[in-house]
Amino acid sequence: MSSPLKPLPAWADVALIPLINVAAAFVISGFVVLAIGENPLEAVQILITGALGDLEGIGFTLYYATSFIFTGLAVAICFHAGLFNIGVEGQAYLAGLGAALAALYLGFLPGYSLVVVAIAAAALFGAAFAAIPGYLQAKRDSHIVITTIMFNYIASALMGYLLVDVLRVPGQMNAETPGFSKYAAVPQFHELLAPLGIQWPVTPFNLSFLLALAAALAVWLLIWRTRLGYEIRTVGANATAAIYGGISPAGITIITTLLSGALAGGLAVNVILGQEHRLILEFTGGFGFVGIAVALMGRAHPVGIILAAILFGVLYQGGDELAFDKPKISRDMIVVIQGLVVLFAGALEHMFRRPVAVLLARRTTQPPI
Amino acid sequence: MELFDTFIQIFGSGIRLGVPLILACLAGLWSERSGVVDIGLEGKMLTGAFAGAAFATLTGSAWIGLLAGVAATVVASLIHGYASIDQRANQIVSGTAINMVADGLTALIGNAIWSQGGRTPQLPDTALFNAITLPFAESFGPVPIVGSIYRHLISGHDIVTYAAFALVPLTYWALYRTRFGLRLRAVGENPAAVDTAGISVRGLRYGAVIICGVLVGLSGVYLSLAQAAFFQPHMSAGKGFIALAALVFAKWRPWPALATCLLFGFLDALATRLQGVELPAIGAIPVQAIQSLPYILTVVLLAGFIGKAIPPRASGIPYVKER
Repeated sequence: MSSPLKPLPAWADVALIPLINVAAAFVISGFVVLAIGENPLEAVQILITGALGDLEGIGFTLYYATSFIFTGLAVAICFHAGLFNIGVEGQAYLAGLGAALAALYLGFLPGYSLVVVAIAAAALFGAAFAAIPGYLQAKRDSHIVITTIMFNYIASALMGYLLVDVLRVPGQMNAETPGFSKYAAVPQFHELLAPLGIQWPVTPFNLSFLLALAAALAVWLLIWRTRLGYEIRTVGANATAAIYGGISPAGITIITTLLSGALAGGLAVNVILGQEHRLILEFTGGFGFVGIAVALMGRAHPVGIILAAILFGVLYQGGDELAFDKPKISRDMIVVIQGLVVLFAGALEHMFRRPVAVLLARRTTQPPI
Repeated sequence: MELFDTFIQIFGSGIRLGVPLILACLAGLWSERSGVVDIGLEGKMLTGAFAGAAFATLTGSAWIGLLAGVAATVVASLIHGYASIDQRANQIVSGTAINMVADGLTALIGNAIWSQGGRTPQLPDTALFNAITLPFAESFGPVPIVGSIYRHLISGHDIVTYAAFALVPLTYWALYRTRFGLRLRAVGENPAAVDTAGISVRGLRYGAVIICGVLVGLSGVYLSLAQAAFFQPHMSAGKGFIALAALVFAKWRPWPALATCLLFGFLDALATRLQGVELPAIGAIPVQAIQSLPYILTVVLLAGFIGKAIPPRASGIPYVKER
């Protein structure tokens, strides 16, 4: 069928092919914009100005990027173990419940220890909700893709019930909890920079960003520098071989999903503790699914994930400005781009491999006369 | 008698809510029985609903809407097929991409054309699939029980509903009683054996993926041209995933798929009916509890606590010819 080709050089594999894939997604997005009667170049200009043109835009961009780093890492860590966790959305939603319960009912804790405990509670709730599909995959052979999809809906129903019927402030219209105390808030950068005499516009950009960077470093250390990370990658590469190496794939599956759920909790930390300061309905807003695109685009590597998360931060923040300026290009355009990135960087990742290999082979074997 | 009428009403709306599930579930059944896992049913349902409503709005004909809806979902299916069959992609990733693109693109185009936040204009009755009154429904109606069942449950649905119910035995017959069906099921269990017999694995899987597109297209068209009279962003509201749950619950078999979809449709109708109702001795049941039952039941089944759901053996695994 296909004649064997020399393997691609490393630089093409790591940089060129992923760039071509992402470029394909953006070129098609450009045609979509063209098809609905707008100018794609103008759209890109508005988008970039909106996201990076001033400090306010940058603040919002990095706020969104923080959420995407967490969800991207959550999806990626499962990729390394050969697992597909579509449930990051639901796990982050439940993590919000953990954060809110700690913030509302542990108010007796001294000072800012409350926010530390609330962050831990978010991670714990996220991990616990991920643990059930993880356990079912490991011990009862239930496919984690299907169970995590089901768990997203179960999370949505559960949280809907709790917010509407249980946690809501009596007499209030909105389905939301009371506001948290200031000691349960992750400080925002404009508050931190003001005493230093630095003027930073009011944005939701908060310290969770540093937590996200720390999480990315921790995931890198874990996956490539520890025994557990080696075991995770071994199970992902070949579960049968892992057993011969004395590794328990079931145990690794459970540990990986726990870590993934805890990372998903970072989304709740950023949004609930960093910005909203109360638990609200549907605060996850599909960001758990953005994590899939971010993880695929970043090739499951923390550095790639940070870069991809910032790109999606630019898209989300710039997309808001764009929808304001050009009502035809609604926020749905960002979801289209996201889907196309998943399609080209994920599903069709090898589509351009052969043409590129042919092109490179021709260049090296037939020098111009 | 009043209780009986209430039951008839709940069953009636259960059928109407079950129809899109039946069609989407059968679509998934065809695809997954051939070895192509399809979590993109949700997105394709939206695609069909949007293309159906858009073309019905532009032409004023429900049938042209139906053709357009089905054509659009077949294209979406073929993209998934190309990724899964020719590119040997991760089928979960591909399905996720289809869901995202469909979710965004339908709302985007709808908004760009009609500027109503993605909603299409209300369609007149002439551009919809309307209820058909079966013969003698009126004259039979007064007969106690049987007449009421005939008049309210069996008669008075639209053509897509009757098609959905007809497609269940048709699917059963095609999968279990024809050579094509035998080969298709074989390709989902052991594609290498089918290949050795000189039959094209690729051809069979593409065939299954196209059938899947047609069926899920019908379910989308039903949403916008029979259940509602317009398209609205995200209107499938998780029905594609419930159909996926039903498929697992039915263990990838047509008749149980019908029963499961009707059960899930009935639960949905019951949830709406019980909203805010105080039941004797139990009190008010949270609507969310009933709404999440399909998902919980499916997880319990998957966990092997009530039987065991074993998917087709080769599902999700791309077939590589030369090894």
